[in-house]
Amino acid sequence: MSSVAVNLAYIAAAVLFVFGLKMLGSPATARRGNALSALGMLIAIVATLLSRGIVEWHWIAIAVLAGTLVGASAARLVAMTAMPEMVALFNGSGGIASLLVGWAALFPEAGGMVGAFTAATVAISVLIGGVTFSGSLIAWGKLAEVMPSGALLFAGQRFINAALLIALVACGVLFVLDPAPDSPFFIAVLALAFVLGVMAVVPIGGADMPVVISLLNSYSGLAACAAGFAINNNVLIVSGSLVGAAGIILTNIMCKAMNRSLANVLFSGFGAVKSGAKVEGEVKPINPEDASLILEAASAVTFVPGYGMAVAQAQHVVQELGELLEENGCEVTYAIHPVAGRMPGHMNVLLAEANVPYDQLVEMEDINPRMGAIDVAVVIGANDVVNPSARGDETSPIYGMPIINVDHARTVFVLKRSMASGFAGVDNPLFFGDNTRMLFGDAKASISELIASLKG
Amino acid sequence: MELVPVYLAFILVLAIFLGFELISKVPATLHTPLMSGANAISGITIVGALLAAGAGGPDWLASLLGAAAVFFATVNVVGGYLVTDRMLGMFKKRGEGEGAAKR
Repeated sequence: MSSVAVNLAYIAAAVLFVFGLKMLGSPATARRGNALSALGMLIAIVATLLSRGIVEWHWIAIAVLAGTLVGASAARLVAMTAMPEMVALFNGSGGIASLLVGWAALFPEAGGMVGAFTAATVAISVLIGGVTFSGSLIAWGKLAEVMPSGALLFAGQRFINAALLIALVACGVLFVLDPAPDSPFFIAVLALAFVLGVMAVVPIGGADMPVVISLLNSYSGLAACAAGFAINNNVLIVSGSLVGAAGIILTNIMCKAMNRSLANVLFSGFGAVKSGAKVEGEVKPINPEDASLILEAASAVTFVPGYGMAVAQAQHVVQELGELLEENGCEVTYAIHPVAGRMPGHMNVLLAEANVPYDQLVEMEDINPRMGAIDVAVVIGANDVVNPSARGDETSPIYGMPIINVDHARTVFVLKRSMASGFAGVDNPLFFGDNTRMLFGDAKASISELIASLKG
Repeated sequence: MELVPVYLAFILVLAIFLGFELISKVPATLHTPLMSGANAISGITIVGALLAAGAGGPDWLASLLGAAAVFFATVNVVGGYLVTDRMLGMFKKRGEGEGAAKR
């Protein structure tokens, strides 16, 4: 194929990516949108393989085969609860691929050295790609709990990070001035980028992971974008920036949903803070039989799930309970906070897997105005996202964060393993509310008992 | 020749605006599939990887770097699209799929 034909194919691919993302705007068309986007990718790959630039096939064949095998089996085997870990690893693999593409651009086919502009873009792709890669590995480690998920803070952290950044810029500039592929400054940029990625994610606590995943997602796009500059390729720039924009929007949504700035998430180590007024009061426990009587009489019930639901693997019994209540003539909804779960939209995927129809999944802004008409709000494994001190207690670390106002419902059931505080270590006055009843025990077991007594 | 970077930057800026317009319309329900789908798109770097791996230049290191890039980018593309499809296949409207069949 001539290079004109290849570039026309790239335009077609970019158009398909745009349409694919547009169709992701509705659950009814999303699957076709994803298929369109995949078709665009296939067109771009085939056009590249047919271009005159490809003369050597062996390596490509082996790498594509191995990559397909790894990617396909990971995609098929991963449990939906482990989706954040999977996305973190995919982000990392995109980041390292862009880093390597940038690196390889240092060896022009004609021999000799690259120009200053290319060298600068290579340094940027190595920087962003390296940060994405090592940062994603740390994020994966925290999510998979192979390392402590809390925030790791130590004295002089900011000083070290600032020094790292200055060293990176200095080495980058020195490399651009003399862009030999074996320049020691290039190796330094490479190594420092990896270190910076680790340092950037280490101080971020487990509860802030949705933000980090979104941000790394954005970086993986920007890395592809930078690699596009390094090899003068339009389709990389267009697609990379689409992904970069997507990640930034999601990051922004996550930050707003926690009422915090991005800088605050990145540098403050939220998981380490423990303050806020301790609430005192008496909790009112309830047993499953009494709870089932209240549910049977209810005409509007909303479930508010959090990551605890996924940990207890309770989503399937929750769906069963929801269906049972619907048959009883009750209106059932699932109210989902933007930061519930460990990545944006995680709860929705888990409930969809459990066969909850997507028209029952409602967003925070939609449920809050009609919370007063809800007979029973059932909180399952969520804590901070329903904590009323976010509204009223200025000393609370989560003050100002938008929450799902379950305390405005007529009755609240809180399913909880025992009396311990949630992820952010703040006490929750919801537990002491007049209309709150605590259903202690494993969420899955409690809901199974509810189902049994509703049926019985 | 020195205009090429400017053209590329022009494309970059327009694509970012387009991205913001497109993605701000995606509902919260679909944010996880959006993220993994977008992640698959960032695997477009495979195009650069293929060009580097297949150039057949004199430097073996360049081919090796390219081949490694092809591997990682392929994982990204294949895994990303498949897992997104798997997730989106689970999203059903009321009255569709197994949930309704039981009624």
